[in-house]
Amino acid sequence: MFEITKGLISHDECKNRIVDQRAGAIVYFDGRVRNHNEGQQVTSLEYQSYEAMAVREGHKIVLEALDRFDIHQAFCVHREGHLQIEDTAVWVGVSSSHRFEAFRACEYIIDEVKARVPMWKKEHYVDRPAIWVECHRCSDKAHDHNHSAQGCSHE
Amino acid sequence: MKVKMMYFASIRESVGISQEVLETKSTNADQLLHEIVEKYNLALSLEHIKIAINEEYVAFNTLLNEGDTVVLIPPVAGG
Repeated sequence: MFEITKGLISHDECKNRIVDQRAGAIVYFDGRVRNHNEGQQVTSLEYQSYEAMAVREGHKIVLEALDRFDIHQAFCVHREGHLQIEDTAVWVGVSSSHRFEAFRACEYIIDEVKARVPMWKKEHYVDRPAIWVECHRCSDKAHDHNHSAQGCSHE
Repeated sequence: MKVKMMYFASIRESVGISQEVLETKSTNADQLLHEIVEKYNLALSLEHIKIAINEEYVAFNTLLNEGDTVVLIPPVAGG
């Protein structure tokens, strides 16, 4: 239900993971590498993961979505390695009988992935040295502030 | 006791290695964090660092056990 891959993410292959005859709605999110961030021109992104834990945490998130929302299937895959502009970095897909729950579940999964899955990205720029992005706002949209990742900030 | 430390992203670049087996006198996660910061003279915003032991986020007062795999988690940035 959650994978890390070093290869290209194929939309068609991902979509096959969530087909379900009960589903009247398929909602997916295709997160791409864009050519700018916070006023800087970005040339590429380098993703690194703590793979064993990332897969474990990602599975938990998808299971939470299946438990919280009235959906049939859910799948998420995140790329690792050096990505170029327009590459798909993360793909989330959900199938459900009706669209409302699929939209909500899809948003839940991507928000939680960004807040909890141990992955990091190094941004490469046109005219300045590359840096590791420290996204202090990434957990702002996390949905449940009682889950484990939220409960362990440094005191 | 001995623990396995794994380093990622900005922390990996600062310490210069991806993992090591560390002989430590620290008894909990918080002490170990401070030990690593001192050992490698790391300039970290500690309020933004989380700790994982054996692939699970843990509280800072979690006790260490022989053979644990410990990872300092800088702010994540997936997606």
